[in-house]
Amino acid sequence: MPVQYASIVAEHQATRTGAGLFDISHMGRLVFPNLAALAPLDCLLTRRVVDLAPGRIRYSLVTKDDGGILDDVLAYHVPAGAAQSAHPLLVVNASNREKIVAWIGARSSPGELQLTDQTSATAMLAVQGPKALELLQPVVSVPLPPMKYYTCASAQVLGHPALVSRTGYTGEDGAELIVAAAAAEPIWQKLVEAGATPAGLGCRDTLRLEAAMPLYGHELDEATDPFTAGLGMAVDLEGREFIGSAALAKCKNDPSLKRRVGLELDGRRVPREGFTILHQGKAIGRVTSGTFSPTLDRPIAMGYVEHANAAVGTAVEIDVRGRAEPARVVALPFYRRAKTT
Amino acid sequence: MKPDNLRFAKTHEWVALKPDASGAKIATIGISAFALEALTDLVFIELPKKGRQVKAGETLGEIESVKAVSDIYSPVTGEVVEVHDGLSERLETLGSDPYGEGWLVRIKLSSDAGLSELMDEAAYEKQCAEESH
Repeated sequence: MPVQYASIVAEHQATRTGAGLFDISHMGRLVFPNLAALAPLDCLLTRRVVDLAPGRIRYSLVTKDDGGILDDVLAYHVPAGAAQSAHPLLVVNASNREKIVAWIGARSSPGELQLTDQTSATAMLAVQGPKALELLQPVVSVPLPPMKYYTCASAQVLGHPALVSRTGYTGEDGAELIVAAAAAEPIWQKLVEAGATPAGLGCRDTLRLEAAMPLYGHELDEATDPFTAGLGMAVDLEGREFIGSAALAKCKNDPSLKRRVGLELDGRRVPREGFTILHQGKAIGRVTSGTFSPTLDRPIAMGYVEHANAAVGTAVEIDVRGRAEPARVVALPFYRRAKTT
Repeated sequence: MKPDNLRFAKTHEWVALKPDASGAKIATIGISAFALEALTDLVFIELPKKGRQVKAGETLGEIESVKAVSDIYSPVTGEVVEVHDGLSERLETLGSDPYGEGWLVRIKLSSDAGLSELMDEAAYEKQCAEESH
């Protein structure tokens, strides 16, 4: 996936107002043979998946014993279809794929979690934006509008077997398709002909940042726990145990933890990853992602700051290459799409 | 439109030399079309203040795009005698007219230091072709 096909801003706007087409085949796709895998997977995930209904998808984290985040993943219950029995699927970050495969092998009972890494045999495309569904519908065999957010269905796309999901990473409505690798190119061509704008990694980052979605390697890493990251909604500690649950139960309400915040700047200089966040001249944290928001027409960032300085409205500064640029803590997300129907 | 006597720095600035009324060499500095195309989506530019003394190779300012920030280096040695006011409000000018209305500063040369390092257009295009690979 290239950083950009034409211009990051043009691709960003096309996704916010029309439909952006993303090749996200780099994401890891780990397929488990049958639903017996849900119980052992449950012990590796911060959210319950044993009760995952057919066609449902759940955002979850994989944590270490100390609660540090190994990856953020989507767990799918792929429903039974003509060509397959019902089974779980994990979509994991590209950079963490090998680590997670090894983790699953090391932390489950021998033979309990057989998985097939389908990442290179399949391709994954995302169509995102207010026009994504109407643009996709003519080539997808199942009706998309009735599908709820975070559900999936087996379908034909241009006659190719596909798994279609109502998911995305842009803050827009849309869908993602998993197809055989060879089917990706004809589907891509057809969607571009239908009016989708090819969109690269650059705008994927500006889009997800406006939507305040964390990115592994930036907001999330092994030294960060889900509560600090503002992902408490992705941790279910009620009546279950999983790797990391004991540590997470302890830190759940720890006021000494830093907090993930959103920052808006008044100037034009862009805060980048690693820049220091200051409060009255004292360092209080670090930027994890920053960009120039095409929607807000100003620089924005996410970062971690001390709990005491995390309140919305707090005036801070960001050290942008030696100059303290005024900024303030704002509510996340930076951008929320207008509700349609 | 390209000014006469256009020379290029390795770091993608262009220089157009012209004598003023007193015969002193005045260098107009800008950023090459190749570099601007690689940057895309410009959001910010910082230029030096009038009167600043710069040496060839020193940082003259910075230019930032959605993707990244880059330093602008002075290809020549001398005093900044004119700064393109209002350019930061019209960053699109850089892309639409890089060798004309997209100029950044004018520098009155105090020596010829740096001039011999500059390339003609053919040599610069060769460098760009190599960087594109």
